[in-house]
Amino acid sequence: MAPTAGTPSGRTLFDKVWDAHSVRELPNGQTQLFIGLHLIHEVTSPQAFAMLHDMGLPVRFPGRTFATVDHIIPTDSQLRPLSDSIAEAMMSELERNCRTHGIRFFDPASGHQGIVHVIGPELGLTQPGMTIACGDSHTSTHGAFGAVAFGIGTSQVRDVLATQCLTMSRPRVRRIEVAGKLAPGVYAKDVILSIIRHLGVQGGVGFAYEYAGSVFEAMTLEERMTVCNMSIEGGARCGYVNPDETTFAYLHGREFAPKGEAWNRALAWWRTMASEPGAHYADRVSLDGAGMGPTVTWGINPGQSVGVDERLPMLRELPDEERAAVEEALLYMDLRPGQPILGTKIDVAFIGSCTNGRISDLREAARVARRGRVNPGVRALVVPGSHAVARQAEAEGLDEIFRAAGFQWREPGCSMCLAMNPDKLIGREMCASSSNRNFKGRQGSPTGRTLLMSPAMVAAAALHGRVVDARELL
Amino acid sequence: MSNAAAVERVVGRACVLRGDDIDTDRIIPARYLRAITFEGLGEHAFEDDRKQAKGDHPLDQERFAGSSILIVGYNFGCGSSREHAPQALRRWGFRAFVGGSFGEIFFGNCGANGLPCAAVSPEDLARLMDLVELDPQQEIVLDIEARTLTSRAGTMRVAIPEGARHQLLEGTWNATAVLLDAGPAIEAAAARLPYVAGFAAPPTHLPRS
Repeated sequence: MAPTAGTPSGRTLFDKVWDAHSVRELPNGQTQLFIGLHLIHEVTSPQAFAMLHDMGLPVRFPGRTFATVDHIIPTDSQLRPLSDSIAEAMMSELERNCRTHGIRFFDPASGHQGIVHVIGPELGLTQPGMTIACGDSHTSTHGAFGAVAFGIGTSQVRDVLATQCLTMSRPRVRRIEVAGKLAPGVYAKDVILSIIRHLGVQGGVGFAYEYAGSVFEAMTLEERMTVCNMSIEGGARCGYVNPDETTFAYLHGREFAPKGEAWNRALAWWRTMASEPGAHYADRVSLDGAGMGPTVTWGINPGQSVGVDERLPMLRELPDEERAAVEEALLYMDLRPGQPILGTKIDVAFIGSCTNGRISDLREAARVARRGRVNPGVRALVVPGSHAVARQAEAEGLDEIFRAAGFQWREPGCSMCLAMNPDKLIGREMCASSSNRNFKGRQGSPTGRTLLMSPAMVAAAALHGRVVDARELL
Repeated sequence: MSNAAAVERVVGRACVLRGDDIDTDRIIPARYLRAITFEGLGEHAFEDDRKQAKGDHPLDQERFAGSSILIVGYNFGCGSSREHAPQALRRWGFRAFVGGSFGEIFFGNCGANGLPCAAVSPEDLARLMDLVELDPQQEIVLDIEARTLTSRAGTMRVAIPEGARHQLLEGTWNATAVLLDAGPAIEAAAARLPYVAGFAAPPTHLPRS
């Protein structure tokens, strides 16, 4: 795959960030890329620290790595020692590694703990023009700021700790323009589910996605994060939005954002990092935002979705090569070809995750939650993405709205998105979820089932015990 | 670099795992990530899929026992970045993956562990899956240097991106040493980025405009 960098007069943000962070070309043709911000958590870092120890190496830039605990932490109580002894051991290991190497650890006691992709942005660590890596595939979230951000494996976490660099092959850039204006009750989650439905879960392999067009220009940073977060579900390891005044306004005054004269210098640099009008793209895709509606997945990958008022595919209407995968998904989900998604019964409702666990997500879910009570047959959880999100929600009284409606209000963490803590589906339970993956077994039960949708749609499903169109409750 | 680490070819029997978009949650369920090492992951590879297939999963089929090459469909290893996935498959006994295409992070994690991921054309993939299912005892040779896969039915071309191929052949797939070779060029690269010093000084490097 030949690199297709733009000409100097028409480069993309991706080209500029890549070139600015290139340390050297490696003997194998790859690039040694400097990583500006490295985020770590308790699941994918301990083996990396052990490898570093075995090699007798220090952390090269300890000030450029930040840690938090999110995947395994219980959400009923974060009191130490954690009630789950394995979780306690994993958190202690992270604490020990951070202490040994002088890495800042945002633990619950710091008041800044939360899902790694929620706290990086809210602390102002995530900034335009950076390269950002984390041992977590949803690192693409940080692209919302105009950063080049991607998930890595544990051996690569070791590489970043030891050298602050990675060996990388340059992807191509696809520009995805979403024109028009979203209708009321249609959210960023619906935009990314629509994009993945259109381009497929393999469509982005080998690409970085640049999201553009009037829909993205009108989005808040939190909405942009929701879209960039799920780039990886479309196969693209990274996705970004060019930084603009919305980005700068979000960052201004945040703890790690530049202050005073440094802020002005930062602004000047950030403004130079956006894609230029004549930039070259390996591919361009245009979609109509005005035509997008609330979207719900029905299958076992995030590309298997329909509009809330649509029916599931009919097997006879599918091309031969797609039929087996659809049949497998329907069998697993226990859904019928051609049935409407509306009315699908649910057992669990989960609002949270790095995709949709931010304050704006909770506000939209609460708008719906105050319209009723959780259906008696439904277990409903709200898990804020961070302590900061929880504090803000509590200041606005959202926790009371959720509790009054029968939702459980929990402590921050990844929770039932991937169920590495005690929050799990049981048996064949069907979960309306604001998270990012509907894979088989993803939410903790090997036979559990997931319907992905926006937080407002999850709240509406919780009240009715089945999939409904949240627009009727907004 | 240690030539002992070089991976020039993988020779052995193969196992056919049909289906596209097989994600890393299926390869190793998240509950097995509750540990601070990769030890013991092998026996849990594809655990839930295997349980649901009641002994009929390819990894449990007697005819594929002891195979070292896993033949897969498209977008194998998509989803979560967990390196536990290739670690589990390696501990199960696989030393190489041949398929239609691979999730990018999975591909990188395999590379970082000296495990080749080779892509074949759609026609060759269909033919290879059929051939190996018909005759699972045959020896398969994946030649990284020649970019070929040879079975009893003959030789087909495979695609391995040059970066990964070079690392396998040179035994430099553990990238840390290669990256350290850059020496002070790393600090120099950091110094050119205005944010590394918190924008404390006027930027010394502006992209061409």
